[in-house]
Amino acid sequence: MRPVPRRRLTAPRASLARALGVVSLSFAAVAGAPVQAGVFNPETFTLDNGLQVVVVENARAPIVVHTVWYRAGAADEPPGKSGIAHFLEHLMFKGTPTVPSGWFSKIVAANGGSDNAFTSQDYTAYVQRVASDRLELVMRMEADRMANLRLTDEKVAPERGVVQEERRQRTGNSPAAQLYERRRAVTYLRHPYRIPVIGWKREIDGLTAEDALAFYRRHYAPNNAILIVAGDATAARVRRLAEKHYGPIPRRPVPGRVRPVEPDQLAARRITMKHPRVHVPSVSITWRTPSYAAGETRHAYPLLLLSDILGGGSTSRLHRRLVIEEKAAAGAGAGYLGIALDMGEFSVSASALAGGDIVRIEALLKEEIERVVEHGVSEAELTRTRRAMLAGAIYARDGLRAAPRVIGRALTTGQTIADVEAWPERIRAVTAAELQDAARAVFVERRSITAVLLPGPPG
Amino acid sequence: MGSGLRACAGALLLAFAAVWPAAATEIQRVRSPGGIEAWLVEDKSVPVIGFRFSFRGGGALDPRGRSGLANMVSALLDEGAADLDSQAFQRALEDIAASIGFDAGRERFHGTLRTLSEHRARAFGLLRKALAAPRFDAEPVERIRRQIAAGIESGKDNPRRIAGRAWSGLVFGDHPYARPLAGTQRDVAAIAVEDMRRFVRERFVRDGLTVGVAGDISASELARRLDEVFGELPLSGVAAHLPEPPPVRGGMEIVRKPIPQSVVVFGQAGVKRDDPDYYAAYVMNHLLGGGRNSRLNEELREKRGLVYSVHTYFRLFHRAGTIVGQLATANARVGTALDLVRGEWKRMARDGVDADELAAAKRYINGSFPLRLDSTRSIAGMLVAIQLNRLGIDYIDRRPALIDAVTGEDIRRVARRLLSPDRLVIVVVGDPEGLESTR
Repeated sequence: MRPVPRRRLTAPRASLARALGVVSLSFAAVAGAPVQAGVFNPETFTLDNGLQVVVVENARAPIVVHTVWYRAGAADEPPGKSGIAHFLEHLMFKGTPTVPSGWFSKIVAANGGSDNAFTSQDYTAYVQRVASDRLELVMRMEADRMANLRLTDEKVAPERGVVQEERRQRTGNSPAAQLYERRRAVTYLRHPYRIPVIGWKREIDGLTAEDALAFYRRHYAPNNAILIVAGDATAARVRRLAEKHYGPIPRRPVPGRVRPVEPDQLAARRITMKHPRVHVPSVSITWRTPSYAAGETRHAYPLLLLSDILGGGSTSRLHRRLVIEEKAAAGAGAGYLGIALDMGEFSVSASALAGGDIVRIEALLKEEIERVVEHGVSEAELTRTRRAMLAGAIYARDGLRAAPRVIGRALTTGQTIADVEAWPERIRAVTAAELQDAARAVFVERRSITAVLLPGPPG
Repeated sequence: MGSGLRACAGALLLAFAAVWPAAATEIQRVRSPGGIEAWLVEDKSVPVIGFRFSFRGGGALDPRGRSGLANMVSALLDEGAADLDSQAFQRALEDIAASIGFDAGRERFHGTLRTLSEHRARAFGLLRKALAAPRFDAEPVERIRRQIAAGIESGKDNPRRIAGRAWSGLVFGDHPYARPLAGTQRDVAAIAVEDMRRFVRERFVRDGLTVGVAGDISASELARRLDEVFGELPLSGVAAHLPEPPPVRGGMEIVRKPIPQSVVVFGQAGVKRDDPDYYAAYVMNHLLGGGRNSRLNEELREKRGLVYSVHTYFRLFHRAGTIVGQLATANARVGTALDLVRGEWKRMARDGVDADELAAAKRYINGSFPLRLDSTRSIAGMLVAIQLNRLGIDYIDRRPALIDAVTGEDIRRVARRLLSPDRLVIVVVGDPEGLESTR
């Protein structure tokens, strides 16, 4: 009954902020689970104008989820215009000649459906959930705003206020979120992943209708988009409707996704923030890593399994050591964010008990990292974590949410459908030796970024 | 927006009828040999079982000086039971990739099991142990106590939490409905293992147990499993009674905090679930602040950019109904935002709604309801909610007609009865400009 705020900004990479609390990565792996071969069984084809279409048929209920993903996110923004990808996502609801400002969601709702949108560093996505006999309606409107968005400064002004309040709500009021933002900024010297998806405040203030339209014209083309439909619709029906509504939109040249190269990290980095509204200290240590699509990608699956062994739930190493045995932390976790076009991040984190000793907690985190580098993991640990992840691939079929999300995120970050479908095989194939190799390659002291949040006056 | 919607959407609106997941309408009533009832939606399309249940009594019944008891029990049931200590229990769950969870509400204690159907025998066995023979070993008890204490401590400057607490305090005073479910530091420190054992004995009983199940399990097998899981529990426990909450008085409280954005909670007495005007009030709330295209959203967000989100919803209790809203806006704009809220409150009570917006709201409410029932988890949860509210096994089929029957006159009547800006209870946490507490 409590509606999710519309046009939610999700930065999947931001889940690290949550890792400062108690994190269960095995759950994250389930939620983000790509999928067992023969599980999603998607059908895919490409229209003449370059629009890739993916259909995951599931006739369990007469419902469809219709999603369009653009290969454009915050990391594709021009310099000085931070936040424009996300701002445009909001402005995509501000009208075309046939669907006036504000009516998109109203029409979806009046047809018994719900809609949303979200922006990350590497993609922007639009989602509608409707009865399957409403598929054509939402397709017609989504195709319309792919080509015919109209913006004026008058329409844009109140929405800028909305985004400023969104920023205050997410970051301004939360010391942990402020530290997270700063931590990202020091993780990357050069690469745009250093910039928050929502944008820096001063730059949001200056964003105009023309800035949004420029980003729109540059990136929102059928050949830069993916249509994913899951639910009660056959591939033949989706193809017919997609050709009718998306087919006429002409292909346009789109820029390559070439971003500045991040230089190697030569010195460990550390930031400490004190805040009077913080009452329980916390710490995280982060390393940049290969992603599923970039760098030494052979390390990606081992890193995913390692994150679960270190930080997935009550039997994980970090929980057992820091929370149970040493009684030092209230929670401890680990996360691997490998779904990224240019590079990933691995991070471990823990929050203290009231009045707890954060120095000791940091030392314990480092000891556990050292232990993996030196001694690897046991076969028993590997077997358990593998089993949990493979089950996650089955749970992902229970409901319509997972399929579009998993496939959309993969296809906008350099992976293919074959990669998504091969997920279980690749999880099964990871060996303990590969896991230790990945740990050795990633957990290098000089490449670490440590962020500490402490109570007290800012100084 | 009414006539505009018709004009604009005319081309796009097709003949509309609510659709339902075929499976969700085929609810079976399952009764075990031992007399335990469950509602089941059988669906073999995915080899997964979603299982949800609820016992009578929650944190509002925590004894004086032991606030947080129900919550602490909910955190400890999967930390060791029968022959398995904490790590052994967690490992056993992990070995079959099943999950068991408990949550203490204010008036009910809920549990959830999710398992692959191939591992159901072991999963139900673990659930049985957790309910019938939790161990409460010293290590997990003290660990969970430390974690809860850290949670209370770290949340004490969270503006949303402060606002919610203060609002409940203003509305319910000393009534248990105002009590924080996590408890106070002092009470949590005092909870003894014997308190938790007594809780388990008195609350985990078959009387008042409600069960909803969806997925890959047959009715005959479920009947057997119900006795296996719950059959050892006592038939009945200690009768619990909550007093009537006090009447609600309007007013505003400012909690000063140096933050850039004020968090506002506002609301007043509303309807209870069994009120004859419940459905009229539900549709009215959807139009006022419940829906994404509500009047409050239109005025505060779309037209003026004052908020990222503003919404209202019903917080329902056995002995009280409330309508509550939340928004957050820059300190300089809180006064403006609240004036707009009061204005919409007044306008709804004075003018009601027009026919077109009412029709659009009904289409949304009826159309979107079944869209949520796409997973075993969501269906099992819905089956429990329908039983708890005594809506009848045919509720999913009847609901559209209940919504469609709401007229503009019903909404005017219920809005006049409920909405009064003078009776609004408002809490602002932040540094709002030009506002003072009035109570």
